[in-house]
Amino acid sequence: MSVKQISIFLENKPGKMYEMTEVLAKNGINMRALSLAETEGFGIVRIIVNDVYVATTVLKDAGYINKLTSVVVVEMPDVPGGLRKILKVFADSNVNLEYMYALAAEASSDKAYMVFRVDDHKEAAAALSRAGFRVINQEEIAEL
Amino acid sequence: MENYFQKEIECASREELTKIQNEKLKEQVKHVWENVPYYRKKMEEKGVTPDDIQSIDDLHKLPFLSKKDLRDAYPYGLLGVPLKDCVRIHSTSGTTGKRVVAFYTQGDIDLWEDCCARALAAAGATDEDVCQVSYGFGLFTGGAGLNGGSHKLGCLTVPISSGNTERQIMFIQDLNATVICCTPSYAAYLGESMKEMGLTAKDIPLKAGIFGAEAWSEEMRHSIEEMMGIKAYDIYGLTELSGPGVAFECSEQTGMHINEDHFIAEIIDPVTEEVLPEGSKGELVFTAIDKKAFPMMRYRTRDICMFSKEKCSCGRTFIKMAKPMGRSDDMLIIRGVNVFPSQIETVLLEHGYQANYQIIVDRVNNTDTLDVHVEMTPEMFTDNVQEITKRQNDLVAGLKSMLGLKAKVTLVAPKSITRSEGKAVRVIDNRKI
Repeated sequence: MSVKQISIFLENKPGKMYEMTEVLAKNGINMRALSLAETEGFGIVRIIVNDVYVATTVLKDAGYINKLTSVVVVEMPDVPGGLRKILKVFADSNVNLEYMYALAAEASSDKAYMVFRVDDHKEAAAALSRAGFRVINQEEIAEL
Repeated sequence: MENYFQKEIECASREELTKIQNEKLKEQVKHVWENVPYYRKKMEEKGVTPDDIQSIDDLHKLPFLSKKDLRDAYPYGLLGVPLKDCVRIHSTSGTTGKRVVAFYTQGDIDLWEDCCARALAAAGATDEDVCQVSYGFGLFTGGAGLNGGSHKLGCLTVPISSGNTERQIMFIQDLNATVICCTPSYAAYLGESMKEMGLTAKDIPLKAGIFGAEAWSEEMRHSIEEMMGIKAYDIYGLTELSGPGVAFECSEQTGMHINEDHFIAEIIDPVTEEVLPEGSKGELVFTAIDKKAFPMMRYRTRDICMFSKEKCSCGRTFIKMAKPMGRSDDMLIIRGVNVFPSQIETVLLEHGYQANYQIIVDRVNNTDTLDVHVEMTPEMFTDNVQEITKRQNDLVAGLKSMLGLKAKVTLVAPKSITRSEGKAVRVIDNRKI
């Protein structure tokens, strides 16, 4: 059970992020999570959106190079130590974590959501389910 | 008092010079006709035989040679003597990655070193001087040429090669070096370093410098002269014709005297290939009239230049060429190294990128910088930063191996490289030379 993350190539220059988000805004795409990996010359923007198909199509039409990557999105209680329990599941099942970032949740909610890029997303999702965590699928993303 | 290495020939009358040129040219044409089938074929195609060349007035009848010929004939096709008579090669980059390999007999090296000795003498050097050769040694002709010239003149020669600035300055001070030879950008860098160390012109024993292998401005000359307290002289040459010393500056510094007893120079229209009248600006063409192993006939240098035949106050009678004013092809000279955009394109394609690129050349703190902008492609893009960075580093290594130069690679967005009328602008040269 995985979710498609869109990775986008951007130059590391003023205004580039703005221009990209404008394309998404104009097309009514809602970003649910975002992280940015930057180097001196370029950056990779990683986003989770409500509609992957429309987002990748409009980005491609606007000239952005993008790729889909499978990530695992997990619900957890929004309390101290919440993340630690998930990381223990990964450690125990020997899943290697490449990067992670948080997903926007409603302020009133007592739940938090994390996005994980791991070396084996199938094993990661299965291990989390076995440990009783709710792993979010693509359809659920739009409703969160 | 003007200082010469071979005064008799350097100050010979035009009559004498023409006589020498006529004799050497006739002999050289016979030599290539008999020993270089590649050039003989070119002559036959033009319907020219050695009998048609009776004097330098007939030179225009001969076919040209270009970098393309050097590539097509690589490596031995233009060799004029058996390999066993060759004693050395030097090499420079070619248009598409094949390097130009030039061969030398001992005689060829002797005449080349004579040319370099003339340049050193014109800069005031004698056997009393200590001459530090800070050009690179190796396949590059700079180090070997000036080193040989310095020996011929009897200078105490310091073959230090380029790099290691602190050691360079230590040797200049400890061994009382009075003459230095290197690229102008390295001279400027040395000068800056001396200044940073708190050295002023009077702490530096140098009195003259010979700087060539790349373009430099009058402003740069003045700044080097001021920092080091020297007089800075220009020198011209190319590997195809032996190396530095084809032409050199004298005390008057109003152009470089061409060593006309070894090289006949012409100015042509690069498009029509017609020889242009005296005083015209055009492409510089050289015929080496006594180099035997690699006899270049009417070699098109692609340098845009002009001549002056005015009498020079130094007493030399060789005509003078101006500093080259540009190129009639797309070759760039970066840190003294010849770079063709096509070479960069070759490396990009080899590494899986498309040929959408732009070369940005600049000069920062007197050193040339080379930045290659490459458009990212869907095939080369991954979500993994390390992987992209690794491919970027592989590309830097590939360029280094092709060009012999460290380039910076910048990955840019697709279609971001400026295209005017559908054609991409490949080279942006921001150097103020």
